[in-house]
Amino acid sequence: MAASSRDGAGAPSPGAPARPPLPGGRFAAHGSLAGQLVRIALLSVFTAFGVWAVLPLYVAGNWWGIGLVAVVVGLVYYVYLSKRAVPAKYLVPGVVFLLAFQILPVLYTMSTSVTNLSDGHRSDKAQAIAAIEAFSVTRDPDSPEYVLTVATTGDPGTGELAFLLTDGEGHAYVGTADGLSDLSGADVDPAGKVTDAFGYTILSPTEVNARSDELQEFAVPTGDGAGIRSSGLSSAFEGSAVRVYDQGCDCVTDTETGEVHTADDERGAFYNEDGQRLAQGWQVNVGLDNFARFLLNPTFAGSFFGILLWNLVFAASVTGLVFVVGLAIALTLHVPRMRGRVLYRVLVILPYAMSSLAMFLLWRDMFNTDFGLFNRMLGLQIDWLGDVWTARAAVILANVWLGYPYMFLVATGALQAIPRELGQAAQIDGAGPWQAFRHVTLPLLMVAMTPILIATFAFNFNNFNAVWLITRGGPFSPDNPTAGGTDLLITYTYRLAFNEATAQYGYAAALSVMIFLIVSVISVVSLSRSKALKEVDR
Amino acid sequence: MTVGDPETVRAPHTRSGAARFALWARRLGWRHAVMLVVVAFAIFPVMFVVSAALNPLGTLSSAQLWPTGASLDNARDLFRNTPFTTWYANSLFFAATNAAVTVLFSALAAYAFSRMRFRGRRVGLVGLLVIQMFPQFLAIVAIYLMFSTIGELYPAVGFDTRWGLLLVYLGGALSINTWLMKGFFDTVPKELDESAQIDGATHAQVFFRIMLPLVTPVLAIVALLVFVSTINEFLMASVFLRDTDAKTLGLGLYQLVASQRNANFGMFAVGALMLSLPTLIVFWFLQRYISDGLTAGAVKG
Repeated sequence: MAASSRDGAGAPSPGAPARPPLPGGRFAAHGSLAGQLVRIALLSVFTAFGVWAVLPLYVAGNWWGIGLVAVVVGLVYYVYLSKRAVPAKYLVPGVVFLLAFQILPVLYTMSTSVTNLSDGHRSDKAQAIAAIEAFSVTRDPDSPEYVLTVATTGDPGTGELAFLLTDGEGHAYVGTADGLSDLSGADVDPAGKVTDAFGYTILSPTEVNARSDELQEFAVPTGDGAGIRSSGLSSAFEGSAVRVYDQGCDCVTDTETGEVHTADDERGAFYNEDGQRLAQGWQVNVGLDNFARFLLNPTFAGSFFGILLWNLVFAASVTGLVFVVGLAIALTLHVPRMRGRVLYRVLVILPYAMSSLAMFLLWRDMFNTDFGLFNRMLGLQIDWLGDVWTARAAVILANVWLGYPYMFLVATGALQAIPRELGQAAQIDGAGPWQAFRHVTLPLLMVAMTPILIATFAFNFNNFNAVWLITRGGPFSPDNPTAGGTDLLITYTYRLAFNEATAQYGYAAALSVMIFLIVSVISVVSLSRSKALKEVDR
Repeated sequence: MTVGDPETVRAPHTRSGAARFALWARRLGWRHAVMLVVVAFAIFPVMFVVSAALNPLGTLSSAQLWPTGASLDNARDLFRNTPFTTWYANSLFFAATNAAVTVLFSALAAYAFSRMRFRGRRVGLVGLLVIQMFPQFLAIVAIYLMFSTIGELYPAVGFDTRWGLLLVYLGGALSINTWLMKGFFDTVPKELDESAQIDGATHAQVFFRIMLPLVTPVLAIVALLVFVSTINEFLMASVFLRDTDAKTLGLGLYQLVASQRNANFGMFAVGALMLSLPTLIVFWFLQRYISDGLTAGAVKG
């Protein structure tokens, strides 16, 4: 929905009347006819997006969402039709996206960081109970059977599954993880298969096959411990649950074995006496436990602080090295009447103009043990990326190669801004070339370079590509397979959330928040020393 | 790359050859020596990737620093065996669209911040600096969870679609780039737009007809920076685009050498050059702005 507001962006508005108190200042009262037409056209497109955004929300009965869309649409109309809100006309397009896709995710990250959200703790307790019961459904001899059509409300590959079911009399139902309800207005073929239903995308046999694992675990709760599960790809049966939830003891009892799992509302799962849990848990607030684990639990704290230290060393050494190399090259070429300077310049900044993503992968392959360029040229058999220290050196080397041209460009620009006479005057006063550089040129250079160095440090602190594309965080020691030798905090976070057997969103979010705090401290300290903030009052 | 010796060409006749050479070596000769080393370091990976792209065998183990033969087999394989054109189109779509829209949004905001005084201006400017400390990709877990829901409601902007990822990228449109632009806007004399307003121009006309043409260098720089960073973006793209046909070229190349590192290296090398090509072109055309623009941004912080 927020997508649409960008189309209201460029709307050249007719502007505010010529009255001084208006924040936009003195502007003409009326815009051109073309400007008016463009504004009307963009607002119409925007309205169309608003309607498009409301429809699925209406179908899903999401009234909060509809309210939000209405507020955004109303706000945009107010801003672009009012003659007063001139600055807002220029700020709204970018700010809407900033709020929706940066600030909101940041807040959401913070709220996720105090939960145990992960695979097995995704839904609320009621849904977890329904899933446990439905999943334990076994077939009764007289249980009703349905013809099954698998559908989804979202994308065929990833959207939430729904069972479109027809019973013996041809009556159609829709079953989701929330329960069973009537399906009206569906097209049913003679075999009982649903061929079309409003709001649902019917999966083709191939698409169903691709999600057969999910299908195995999908069940429609029908109340009183009963549920509907699929048997094969085109039929489903209703049966009764073996595991039944009892509100009195807040526990799940297995009617066949008599085993009891009691709810633990602090950990968000059902546990039996031996501490074994049922797979389906629910999301609970765990307070600062996620943070405590990284800071206090010996294993995790070891990984965390080890990674943090390497992360700081990595960012500092890359920043330092690219600065030294870039500045040295800039100084070497900073001389009048040198032949071939333009050619040198072009060749030296070549790495900067190459795609860094592809070049990281290239460096990784040059370090390959069996086929890599380095081992073949040197006649060695070193597993460069398999040893912690050579892997770290390799990551730093590749980053220096990619990063120094930028420093060279910046340093060249800064050197040209310093009058040559200053250095010459120092030399006339008896200073050697090194003294003149050290005490005259360098201090002046640092004024321009400090903000760049801070930015480079901050960038490299979170340089995901640099590590992930070369080593994927490895090498890993056998006793700690989650934290690798070259892992940065950001690659560690990514692995916890997206690259492990079970996704641990709560922990990953907590790590994100900690990275944020660390970078904030570094930035606040360095910003308070630079003059950037004074710009605000200009 | 060896560069001629300027002093021997135009040397005064009064000095002996050895003395002239010593003078040249002290003044310029060592600079050339240093530069030759630097250039060798700078270009050897590029030479290697070019040579691997042309290598008829197309494996990592047979690729040399110098081309051992020239063939287009790797390029042909890349076109035939992978959805290369789709990947490439996706990459260019994200980079170009994000660069264009970011420049527009950032310029609009920078104009307001530079030329207007309003409540919340200071908060807005400081806020933009603060939000930089929490880069978007740090919130990737939340973005992923958000789009799991959004994708259910609007499949058109869900995972594996172009629009979903583009929306996320545009969330970063207002950033440090807005500061860079604002600094540049501040250098344009206020008298210019004031006189236009007296002549009856609206604020929109001032922005589009007077300001934008005057700040072209900074627009070019921001477009370049956003284009390059988008085409090289991996983290968020890898979370959003999982379907082979939805991938960007960067993700595709990663996948290509993840499974068959040795055998597919020739194809990868061609892809790497193709991925660098748009960046090289953009650099070539914008090179006169680059040094100035970057330093201007540096001083302005």
